[in-house]
Amino acid sequence: MSGTQLLDATGIAKAFGAVRALTDAGLSLSEGEIVALMGANGAGKSTFVKIITGALRPDSGKVLIRGREARVGSPAEARRSGLVPVYQEPSLIPDLDVADNLRLTDTRVDPFMRWVGELGIADLELSDMIGDLPLATLRILDLARALASKPDVLLLDEMTAALPTDLVDRVLKVTREQADSGMGVIYVSHRFSEISELCDRASVLRDGKTVGDLKIESGVEQRAVELMLGQKLELGNRGVAETRSRTEAAPRVRVRDLAIAPRVTGITFDLYPAEVLGVVALEGQGQDELFDCMAGFLPPSSGEIEINGKPADFHHPADAIAAGLKFVPGDRADALLAQRSVRENIALPFSARLRNWGNLKLQRERERVAHAIEKLQIDTRAQGEVQRLSGGNQQKVTIGRWLATGVDTLLLFDPTRGIDVRTKRQIYPLVRELAQQGASVLFYTSELEEIALACDRAIVIFNGRVVDVIDAADADDQTLLHAAYGLTAQEGAA
Amino acid sequence: MNTAATDPALVRFGRYLRDNPVVPLLAFLLLLIVMLEIMRPGIVTPFRAGRDGLISAFWVGNLIKFAIPLAMLAACQVLTMLTAGIDLSAGITATVAAFVCATLSSIWGVAPAVFVALSTGLIVGLVNGIGVGLVRVHPLIMTLGTGLIATGCLQVYQRLVINAGSEIPAFLSWLGTGRTLSMPNGLFLFVPFALFIFWLLRFTGFGRLLFALGSNENAARLSGVRAWQVYVALYVLSGLIAAMAGLLYLGMIRQTSLSLANPLLLPSVAAAVIGGTSIFGGRGSFAGAIVGALIIRVLDTMLTLMQMPEGARTVLFGAVILAVTAIYVRITASR
Repeated sequence: MSGTQLLDATGIAKAFGAVRALTDAGLSLSEGEIVALMGANGAGKSTFVKIITGALRPDSGKVLIRGREARVGSPAEARRSGLVPVYQEPSLIPDLDVADNLRLTDTRVDPFMRWVGELGIADLELSDMIGDLPLATLRILDLARALASKPDVLLLDEMTAALPTDLVDRVLKVTREQADSGMGVIYVSHRFSEISELCDRASVLRDGKTVGDLKIESGVEQRAVELMLGQKLELGNRGVAETRSRTEAAPRVRVRDLAIAPRVTGITFDLYPAEVLGVVALEGQGQDELFDCMAGFLPPSSGEIEINGKPADFHHPADAIAAGLKFVPGDRADALLAQRSVRENIALPFSARLRNWGNLKLQRERERVAHAIEKLQIDTRAQGEVQRLSGGNQQKVTIGRWLATGVDTLLLFDPTRGIDVRTKRQIYPLVRELAQQGASVLFYTSELEEIALACDRAIVIFNGRVVDVIDAADADDQTLLHAAYGLTAQEGAA
Repeated sequence: MNTAATDPALVRFGRYLRDNPVVPLLAFLLLLIVMLEIMRPGIVTPFRAGRDGLISAFWVGNLIKFAIPLAMLAACQVLTMLTAGIDLSAGITATVAAFVCATLSSIWGVAPAVFVALSTGLIVGLVNGIGVGLVRVHPLIMTLGTGLIATGCLQVYQRLVINAGSEIPAFLSWLGTGRTLSMPNGLFLFVPFALFIFWLLRFTGFGRLLFALGSNENAARLSGVRAWQVYVALYVLSGLIAAMAGLLYLGMIRQTSLSLANPLLLPSVAAAVIGGTSIFGGRGSFAGAIVGALIIRVLDTMLTLMQMPEGARTVLFGAVILAVTAIYVRITASR
């Protein structure tokens, strides 16, 4: 069913500083079509979506809406030209009630309430405060508000994440009906089952480029995975020396049936001494919560964590550190004192405990910091302020902090995100070396090839649960990506 | 990112000022003193007015004497501002300590009076620390609240001791008004105090944590810092310093009143800010605040000499503080 062309984006490029998020992305959409937008983590999906919806301006490229060049300079302009997005984070104001939120966007109440009912929410009052409603309801309200504005093009970003099954079915049904009556839909999703049920085509992004436009038919999963992977840049020799026999040693960290509201429902794994355990997951599958919980930032809702046989009860990151779990978060800005020196940043944990508040032991501090700097080859030409360092060197400082204190268990959350290849190549051997010296490392990475480069085994988390454990020897990108999408190898090959 | 070698001179100069923020402040202080001398020849350099001496030790001593209590209260602001906080109860805490000390001295004797006076500072600080650190009230609100409560308590207390009369302990008078080699005796308290603050900020784990909490509280938590402990200790320390400043001020003014040191509060905040302490936390120094306090005192003298009406003086004072801070931030902003 291809009617009039609604949207045609071609040659979209966008760079943030030195990082080229998009180089040549494009998408076309006709009336009545539902197109899936796919891509592995970091492929540029979010940037592309933001450009189409006017939240970002492209550096180059054209966006045609109904054949006319559109200068979508702002989300409001995009809305006026009929393109309405529904993002993962509901864009509703928590301190206002439903009616006031509708007023903010000039949404008429009657069609909105009709859509709310249609989408399966029965008991909504206009006087309900947004802040009191559950996330699933908010996402439905966001969608209902979008539908009430009668968009030409609807953009759904991971619409079914955080929704219970019955609501998912309603959403898919309504979306299909709307498409059949002429609306175009861009469907951003990680879920193959929904894509094959709902979509007509899938457009695949890889490294900022649109690399394929697939018809949805049987076997399309396999093809999509291949496209998403492409030819990956070879990062160097595999660093896995030996697969240890882990049977004789007791696990250092045991995690059993860990649940963390709202996303993590069942995570179980063992982390052994002298092991690097990879974590493979698409964005938002619960890995953030897992790391936050193990680092003492977030209490679990149920299940247990045992460290060296002792149950962990963390109320503060200090408890996790005392138990030997040292956390390097994904966002460097969370971990660094931007205006302070490299030395102060690395030495920060030394002063943390009350009994170390007195005189600094400067001699010992200098030695340990120098050791960490040397070990990590931190470029210290700009050591006066950490914010003057490059991203890679900043990341090394966050890791160096824990090397200086001595490491039992290191929790690395995507330590190579946004850093240069040279630094990456220094981080893998370092992680291996730590393991050889007996440390345990839990290593989440958004770049699949790093699993084979740095890890012994990997657990795969999908939709809040561990769905697979893969040995590094078998961890080629295809297997990992299949697993990460919740597909088994057989399904993928079929 | 590392472009130090290719930076133009101006950028390097800015960076130098940023790493040594006291340098431009001292220059500004000297400029003000020169301006003062031009306005009233001989005030700083007696020989020009036909008297003896190159520089008037009396004038310098006086400047220092009145800057000391201000600088001590500014220490409260510097320490709390490093963690992105503020201590608005410092002024009233100083007043309470002075009032309690003066009234109790005539009843219980000097030593218990001083002890109780310092304890009031400790109590106000403890309440502030618990509010900021454990209940997570914003420091501005918390210290404003405790300041008001302390003001009320002081009024109640005044009625209770109304017949007792007051007495200024002799050693406080000596400290506040006496001179040794024409320098104020207050320096016997202030020099060790300043050294203590330098040591605290430079060479202790506690000092590191103040900077860390103000730079990025999350990073500090991540490194195992229990922030509430730091906040409680910090505000208790600030309360004690304020009480000490109040006692010194009592000896200097030799009067009791229900608002003795209150007018010093906002100048103490100004001294800290002029001295390069960021209200957003993570950056600042006590040396800067000391120079800031001196600058405020010299400005005050200048405006007094101009013989302007009180209102115009206050307006000008506010304008100068804004201008100095704006220029200063411009010079030392990160590039």
